[in-house]
Amino acid sequence: MDIFFQQVVSGLATGGIYGSVALALVMIYQATDVVNYAQGEMAMFSTYLAWTLMNAGVPYWGAFFGTLVISFVGGVLLERVVIRPVESKPILTIVIVCIGLLVILNSVAGWIYSYIQKPFPSPFPPRPIVLGTVVFGAHDLGAIGVTLVVLAFLYVFFRFTTLGLAMRAAAQNPASSRLCGIRVGWMLAIGWGLAAMVGAVAGMMVAPVVFLDPNMMAGILIYAFASATLGGFTSPGGAVLGGLIVGVIENLVGTYVRFIGTELKLTVALAVILIVLVLKPSGLFGRAAVHRV
Amino acid sequence: MTARAPVIVVAVALAAALALPLFVSNFRLFQFTQVAVYAIALLGLNILTGYNGQISLGHGAFYALGAYTTAIMIDQWSVPYPLTIVTAGILCLVVGFLFGIPALRLEGLYLALATFALALAIPQILKYFEHWTGGSQGIVLSKPNPPWGITLSPDQWLYYFTLAILVALFVLARNLLAGRTGRAIVAIRDNPIAAQAMGVNTALYKSLTFGVSAGYTGVAGALSAIVIAFVAPDAFNVFLSITFVTGIVIGGLASISGAIFGALFIQFVPNWAQDISKAAPWAIYGIFLIGFMYVMPFGIAGAIRRLAARAAHRGTAARA
Amino acid sequence: MLTRAVLSALIATLALVASATAADTPGVTATEIKIGHTNPYSGPASAYGTIGKVITAYFKKVNDEGGINGRKINFISVDDGYSPPKTVEMVRRLVEQDQVAFVFNTLGTPTNSAIHKYMNQQKVPQLFVATGATKWGDPQHFPWTMGWQPTYQAEGHIYAQYVLKNVPNAKIGILYQNDDYGKDYVKGLKDALGDNAKKIIVMEQTYEVTDPTVDSQIVNLKNSGANVFYNVTIPKFAVQAIKKAHDVGWKPLHLLNSVSSSVGVVLKPAGLEASKDIITARYLKDVTDPQWKNDAGYKDWLAFMQKYYPDGSTVDDFNVYGYTVAQGLVQVLKQCGNDLSRANIMKQAASLKDLTLPMLLPGIKVNTSATDFYPIEQEQLAKFDGERWVNFGELFDASKK
Repeated sequence: MDIFFQQVVSGLATGGIYGSVALALVMIYQATDVVNYAQGEMAMFSTYLAWTLMNAGVPYWGAFFGTLVISFVGGVLLERVVIRPVESKPILTIVIVCIGLLVILNSVAGWIYSYIQKPFPSPFPPRPIVLGTVVFGAHDLGAIGVTLVVLAFLYVFFRFTTLGLAMRAAAQNPASSRLCGIRVGWMLAIGWGLAAMVGAVAGMMVAPVVFLDPNMMAGILIYAFASATLGGFTSPGGAVLGGLIVGVIENLVGTYVRFIGTELKLTVALAVILIVLVLKPSGLFGRAAVHRV
Repeated sequence: MTARAPVIVVAVALAAALALPLFVSNFRLFQFTQVAVYAIALLGLNILTGYNGQISLGHGAFYALGAYTTAIMIDQWSVPYPLTIVTAGILCLVVGFLFGIPALRLEGLYLALATFALALAIPQILKYFEHWTGGSQGIVLSKPNPPWGITLSPDQWLYYFTLAILVALFVLARNLLAGRTGRAIVAIRDNPIAAQAMGVNTALYKSLTFGVSAGYTGVAGALSAIVIAFVAPDAFNVFLSITFVTGIVIGGLASISGAIFGALFIQFVPNWAQDISKAAPWAIYGIFLIGFMYVMPFGIAGAIRRLAARAAHRGTAARA
Repeated sequence: MLTRAVLSALIATLALVASATAADTPGVTATEIKIGHTNPYSGPASAYGTIGKVITAYFKKVNDEGGINGRKINFISVDDGYSPPKTVEMVRRLVEQDQVAFVFNTLGTPTNSAIHKYMNQQKVPQLFVATGATKWGDPQHFPWTMGWQPTYQAEGHIYAQYVLKNVPNAKIGILYQNDDYGKDYVKGLKDALGDNAKKIIVMEQTYEVTDPTVDSQIVNLKNSGANVFYNVTIPKFAVQAIKKAHDVGWKPLHLLNSVSSSVGVVLKPAGLEASKDIITARYLKDVTDPQWKNDAGYKDWLAFMQKYYPDGSTVDDFNVYGYTVAQGLVQVLKQCGNDLSRANIMKQAASLKDLTLPMLLPGIKVNTSATDFYPIEQEQLAKFDGERWVNFGELFDASKK
């Protein structure tokens, strides 16, 4: 039984990582109707910026918040400069542009920082926490906590602020929003900025665990997509929960289903996603889109 | 709908393709054979995504399935390679059709993600069934020699062989898409509810389209195994599927000629990018991608179509 | 009259010989040697790209110092993104279009497998390939291909023999990467354990390079009751594995594969205390190990890095690897003298006798012969004492079986 709890806890820890990146993905999707394939690389790049600041002597929290600000501005700029020219074009055109962005960010990061992995500090103490026979790291707990704080902040922002309301309107019905005087273009840009910020947080929480290198987000992005799909792309809370569920399922299957073992862990996680999608296409917590005919 | 390329353009292109081996080295021919293989794969994907509106980010899976079908059949049972290509095509058609059935329930984004998941799982699955697939070591094949004592180099023979299959499949696609089937497929893309109301069996057509699309890509995969003479799980990762999508968008959605333009792009532009910048070649490639989308948001074929339309319009206006 | 006839005959003969020699030595002129190379500069294996860069830097140094027998090295290195079809295309370009003399230190097992047959059909040397797989040392069937480093299987043998000799009632738990690298290491261990393998190995866990952590696998391994931990992971995951094992209170005999045995890159981040008593088998000096601080070889390497590859990491084992294999090649080319035909290059590569290179551990020598296409076969067992690797036992020699 001990191992069960230990695996669940470990699963929650990795799931927290997936969930935080999934949150950024869902954020951009909600705000702009675009699935941003470059989200992982943007998060990775932000983390490298944080690393650069820390290397220059800036203390952790200073670098942390500094990176958030830079990432926000960066996200806004990316939307206005790179995405805007294709905003109204077919969805696949935008997808290709995002892929182009992904490839550029990855390549530039590798060129500037090289591909060797770098350790990245965690704001949480390194000593493990022991509860009975279950061991986990303070960082794991802390990272989940930070993700929940971000989630709460986003909830409050979208629900209770005018700007949040304007953004939601712009995403749901751009034409009518314009008539109300909402500057839809800038709402999209701010959406990207926010998502970049959320991504930066995710990156900085992830890097202490998986080490900083240009390809660090590749594997995680996969699981983040799975998490967002599971939870539903229309539900930020669902995305985070989806992440936790994916993390736990992955670990439990790897432990208990012997003939699959760890060699097909990824496949199993994906199979779960597919099954959920077939049964409930909009994800566990998502809302089915209702279209006017 | 498909713009009919004037017959003379097609004839010239075909003549050029046939004459190519006389002018280029074996190595270049090898590269162009790869272009032909990609073109078949891209046409397959385009039928599904461009004409039928179902976004697939997992066609690398069918490419891999085709490639491994061929590799295993040749390696384990010494089946003659043309037979393996047919088998690969049929197998992928069936698998694609079966995959298309649950896919019916998935809306655009979620279908994209489901296919993305499929593409991701492929390398792991291939490594798991080590006994058949050779695991991460892969399977080594031999390049076939020209049959019947034809005096061509293996590279030249494979080029003509692939070209013949390409032409046949393209003609088949053209006929399929130009007739009632094609109209039904496109109608489903543009307005599924109206199509259904008009009596089109959307479920059947969508699944069939998935199957045909997978079949084409499977044939391409089978050819690639023969041309490269090697298969390994690492060659079929998710980036391959993404490259295919890139190819059809750059080439032009809902366009048969677009498959060729797209194939040329994905084969040669990464090499050019490397020649331009050793330090960050993929950054150059990314800039190419974004630049192309700015200048030609509907792909190369789309841009040509517009130019042609404008030229025709100007012609009639002048005459009027 | 006669003189003129003789003279023209002589000139004709010389011209014939010269053109024949030129045809026999593609990629070679009086002033340069063209060498081809593919490396994953992009994609998931891009961390290995630094090997190509350090080799390029080293050849620049060699050229600055006059080249080899008056010829400069023209090193053409291209990216294959670790994708076998791309490797095939790039190598064909190097051989058929760029007309290189030979191909050197191409990286990766599947990538090298893809060009294996081609290189031997074309009779172009595929020298010192950068992979630890065992299949590259087969001169009978593939006379144009040669490996370089001790094979992963040989290293696995070493650990198995150590366990059999020193651990009664051994119960081995294995964590390995789910690809050819990981599987080769495991095969080496299993082969050397022989019939006892099934009894001794109590659990195997795998991971993919795309996995974020291996924490879950470590928990399973601890739970299996294993008292020996065979850790076949790349640096990133080795750190996680060592740390997690320590955190959950699992203290097995820890056998760490040499790929991840760097003090600076792996042991320090994992925790020096947690890394105590880890055992590994290495053949290169660990540049983050304080015991080499004043070693002449290390100092030369450091000076080289600072001058010719300042962007390169001075804690990265790969940069020592590339430096050393490049030196090996330079020796081969020197031995060729003026006969740089492909056949002779291969012959000289198969004629290395007791070659010592500055960054090899003391006692380790490079040896090849017409039947021995494994240049380096020796490794040294070492135990980590909390600060540095302490060598113990004899030098293991895989050739002496």
